[in-house]
Amino acid sequence: MIAFILRRVFQSVLVLLIVGLVAFAMFSFVGDPVENMLGQERTQADVDRLREQMGLDQPIVVQYWTFLGNAFQGNFGLSYRQGREVSQIIAERLPATLELAFVSGVFAMLFGIGFGVFTAIRRNGIGSNVIMTLSLVGVSLPTFLIGILLIWVFSVELDMLPSFGRGDTVDLGWWTTGFLTQSGLKALILPSITLGLYQMTLIMRLVRSEMLEVLRQDYIRFARARGLREKSVNFRHALKNTLVPVITVTGLQLGSIIAFAIITETVFQWPGVGLLFINAIQFVDIPVMAAYLMLISVMFVGINLIVDLLYFAIDPRLRVDGTKGH
Amino acid sequence: MTDTPVLSVRNLVVEIQTRHAVLRPVDNVSFDIARGEILGVVGESGAGKSMTGNAVIGLLDRPAQIVSGEVYLNGRRIDTLSPSDMRKIRGTGIGMVFQDPLTSLNPLLTVGEQLIETMREHLPISQSEARERAVKALEEVGIPGARERIDSYPHAFSGGMRQRVVIALALCAEPSLVIADEPTTALDVSVQAQIITLLRRLCRDRGTAVMLVTHDMGVIAETADKVAVMYAGRTAELGPVREVLTRPRHPYTEGLMGSAPLASLGQTRLRQIPGNMPRLGALPQGCAFHPRCNRAQTACRRDLGPTLAADEGRAACWFPVGATETAKDIA
Repeated sequence: MIAFILRRVFQSVLVLLIVGLVAFAMFSFVGDPVENMLGQERTQADVDRLREQMGLDQPIVVQYWTFLGNAFQGNFGLSYRQGREVSQIIAERLPATLELAFVSGVFAMLFGIGFGVFTAIRRNGIGSNVIMTLSLVGVSLPTFLIGILLIWVFSVELDMLPSFGRGDTVDLGWWTTGFLTQSGLKALILPSITLGLYQMTLIMRLVRSEMLEVLRQDYIRFARARGLREKSVNFRHALKNTLVPVITVTGLQLGSIIAFAIITETVFQWPGVGLLFINAIQFVDIPVMAAYLMLISVMFVGINLIVDLLYFAIDPRLRVDGTKGH
Repeated sequence: MTDTPVLSVRNLVVEIQTRHAVLRPVDNVSFDIARGEILGVVGESGAGKSMTGNAVIGLLDRPAQIVSGEVYLNGRRIDTLSPSDMRKIRGTGIGMVFQDPLTSLNPLLTVGEQLIETMREHLPISQSEARERAVKALEEVGIPGARERIDSYPHAFSGGMRQRVVIALALCAEPSLVIADEPTTALDVSVQAQIITLLRRLCRDRGTAVMLVTHDMGVIAETADKVAVMYAGRTAELGPVREVLTRPRHPYTEGLMGSAPLASLGQTRLRQIPGNMPRLGALPQGCAFHPRCNRAQTACRRDLGPTLAADEGRAACWFPVGATETAKDIA
């Protein structure tokens, strides 16, 4: 198991180094940062001084190394547009995105697993058929359209929920949260549903098909033949056996929830890192883009790693330290 | 002890409604199993053996369902019980052992968890009591080091050991009947005899009745007290195992015996029964066996063989083997 974890960690580091290379490459190949920063009125001396100051006169390998070192410490330099520390800007924006991703992830998991189990157990019931049909909508409608539809229904027509922004937030010093105010919570509802709907239907369909598969297994028949309650058969025996593939997909989906929050954040003008990234692209704000890229890749890799470790917690067959067979 | 058989099945009919036709995988089957008795149910694949077992324990998969007949457990009718009452019968009244021990155990729960859960579902005992009994149950089925291995997961056991665990699970709530559906088919030959011996010993000790579904005539010969031979959903022959095996009266049983490699019968060559068992959707008119039977006569092509009751008559055949008198009076 230790070897497995070490191998996974090694792979993760490799992935991060490669993403780092891409992020670094943006600095060098998407326009000349010195040109961007100094503008029209400049002398060659200014250019040289700034180049030296920013380390751009060093060989590429050294620059990459320096970039990695800085990135590792969370230092991505100054935003071209705002002239502030990129790490600081991101730190301000990150709570909004993480809270949004968290709520929509919880929403997707709760309803996805719940509906999945329900539609698997009542396979031919009316309720299941309705849910399955509606889930097609969730899978096939693009996120921005769902967001706009929700805004139209709940903000414009019914005037129940806010259509943009985070509402009132509470500043905890290092974290701003919308969880503590009513308007903050209300503001979370529509974006969370928008962001989580696709994931929810995906999880639901996965849980359903896995569950149907597991319910056909001999050990489920045997559990029934021992007179165990349906509740225990369905949840203790069947659901647990469906969770390994579900965790894989759900985990990876959590990563993409954070990454694809860009669209939802744009639709709802949610002040998170996704919106920051979109704005950064418009202004070719390379340090922000690079930092965002690194951040998302760290999250993806981290989540992958956690998912791999979760397998061990769920499936005893993977634990090599378990009792040996003979 | 009373004379009431543990299990009485009367004229059981199971039907499957398909889009095109109504199939009868179990057709008018009757038998009794007394306390401590082992009934062997033999027949080819698709003869309705497992379907009969599933019907008795109430685990028929739709669209198969019991359409007529009665099932009594210790004198109490159970085929009409509600699903929740039937659930309570499973485990305590009827236990079941499945064919493949590799797939019968939940891979994500330890054998102890599965045993304890089953016992606590049916018996009013505490967690620690259940654990003690689980250890004992594992010892009884011959798991070495039961106290340590109770917390192991099924994958840590070999096939034979897993089947022992399955037997422990089937018996742990002390059912009065065990349905063993081909319990040794998936095991190594060397382990088969051990498992059969174990099952027989445990059931004899507890007076548990056993319905042993198998297609292995050798297992029947060694284990069963009574045997029911099934063919195309009907009981072809029913009687004490010695008599049926040594003096089969239904031509099909005779054919089965001829094609079974049984050392004890001192035969030299295996014989084949020509042809195949007909599919349920394409049963011939008359006795289902007549196209393969060398004794078939006009009556066999016209009329269904006599239906066997649980206690009278042995062979569902108009012209049984070894009978000189006109056969019609058997029916």
